[in-house]
Amino acid sequence: MSRSVVIHTIGPAVSVQDLGRPGGLGLGLSRGGAADRFGFIDGAVLLGQSMDYAALEMAGMGGRFSFNQPTRFALSGATMRATLDGAPVEWNASHFALPGMQLDIGATESGVYGYLHVGGGLNTEVELGGRGYHRIAGLGQLIEAGGTVRIGPDAHPDMAPMRLPERLFGNEPIRVMPGPQSDLFSDAAKSAFEAATFLRSPRANRQGVRLDHDGAPFATEGQLTLVSDFISEGDIQMTGDGTPYVLLAECQTMGGYPRIGTVIPADLPRIAQAMPGAALRFQFISTEVAEALWRSENTYAASRKSALAPRVRDPREMADLLSYELIDRPGPEVAGD
Amino acid sequence: MPFRCEHHGTMSDGTATLLPLGPDGVLIRFADTLSEPANRAALAFRAALSDVLPEAVTETATSLTSVFLRFRPDDLRREALEAMVRDRLEGTNWYEAALPEGRKLWRLPTCFGGDDGPALEETAALAGLSADAAIAEICANPLRVLALGFAPGQPYLGFLPKHWDIPRQSDVTPQVPRGAVVVAVRQVIPFANAAPTGWRQIGRTSFRCYDPGQEAPLPLRPGDEVGFLPVSLQELQAAEPRAYGGAEVEEL
Repeated sequence: MSRSVVIHTIGPAVSVQDLGRPGGLGLGLSRGGAADRFGFIDGAVLLGQSMDYAALEMAGMGGRFSFNQPTRFALSGATMRATLDGAPVEWNASHFALPGMQLDIGATESGVYGYLHVGGGLNTEVELGGRGYHRIAGLGQLIEAGGTVRIGPDAHPDMAPMRLPERLFGNEPIRVMPGPQSDLFSDAAKSAFEAATFLRSPRANRQGVRLDHDGAPFATEGQLTLVSDFISEGDIQMTGDGTPYVLLAECQTMGGYPRIGTVIPADLPRIAQAMPGAALRFQFISTEVAEALWRSENTYAASRKSALAPRVRDPREMADLLSYELIDRPGPEVAGD
Repeated sequence: MPFRCEHHGTMSDGTATLLPLGPDGVLIRFADTLSEPANRAALAFRAALSDVLPEAVTETATSLTSVFLRFRPDDLRREALEAMVRDRLEGTNWYEAALPEGRKLWRLPTCFGGDDGPALEETAALAGLSADAAIAEICANPLRVLALGFAPGQPYLGFLPKHWDIPRQSDVTPQVPRGAVVVAVRQVIPFANAAPTGWRQIGRTSFRCYDPGQEAPLPLRPGDEVGFLPVSLQELQAAEPRAYGGAEVEEL
């Protein structure tokens, strides 16, 4: 029997995600992938496996899951209420489930996008170099209740459960570097943008997050019939009426709306994870400063790896493991896959 | 504190402008309005760069008028990359450069008018033509894949003659089907997926911009040429199950 996660009930916006499909910009395919890449990477770090493995991204609400084989899993990204057979399980941590145990993941308590990684990763079909749901590209689909999702072989089935310290987002303004169209905005418009406190609008998805504010719209000085050109994740785009949107993983590859600047990758998870109504402020930084703040995803993963700590199991879980050892020990062919 | 874009340059002298697009991206913009020379420059310059770029450049791409380079800032400084780009820009008039080698010509079976082209008559009239003359002009010469975008593999094709500089509709059509052939502003797009659009649908092609079963699931490349082959509805339906929707292809 192939390993799989069984989907009993599911939230409205749960999908398989990985780190996306890089390299397709010129073919009209934006990278996509996890909306909060660092939150996603945390799950891979917790399980000690490749960042390239796919996981479930749960926007706002999780679901009820079980596994048909003993399975390690990790919870990362937005904090969600989770229980395993009714007992609370820790977020930003890895765990172990026996076949048939019920993993319930409810609404987010803090943040928007939570991740459920499994040891061995989700082994769905690769399409155009990735497994992730990419709605605007017509790739993949949302997870539906009643199905199963295949799991790949777990290289470290015996790794101890671990925990990671929560990422501290802080309240500093979100840092924005110049982009190709920044000069279309006057100094006054840029100053007003920096002075404004925005509220994260309820209108948001994996394509982008709308920012609401009380002040005047952010008009450009130049003509508005810009030729469409490449977009970057993190770009702050002004729609026709001057309303800002911060573009996320599933943005288009090209667009014609003017963009005031680009949120740096280090701060983009704060936008993705901002809950509706959250206050957001922005600060412009130079390209040089943005480059000095650059940190590759491998570097991030290495720093998180060094922050891993073994998680002490609670007694209830110990009891389960004992019974598992005595009664239901899997054969070597399972333990070894 | 407001900033000025440090890389700002002028475009009036027909030179490229280097701009940051994210901390790991450089955009080389040949013009801020669409023209054949600007598109040609982007296509030719990207091809010319491919020999000289270091391994730390992980992606190159062209849009309508720009070249994009993604690099690993851990391994390559922006200044160094920009210096390489400027070096390569110098001494060649990229706006008149030859298009790159290895391009292909595609011919897409297309059924014009009727249910598959509800806006044919109206669109032809806006171009000052009869429906038959409009079809003849669209099919007369192959158009260039100026860029791919909006959906994976979906081309923006140009340029039709000047009298085809017709605006988008003010009302968006809620949905055109996959394969819809739509026109506006001297360009033609065969739609990759069913989608809403402000462009006018004059026909439908069996060609699939994204054909998952094929070895090259995204067949078109910027710089390729695409012609339209007028067919009957029966011929279109017969072509649909074939590889790439029965499109004919040859090397240029």
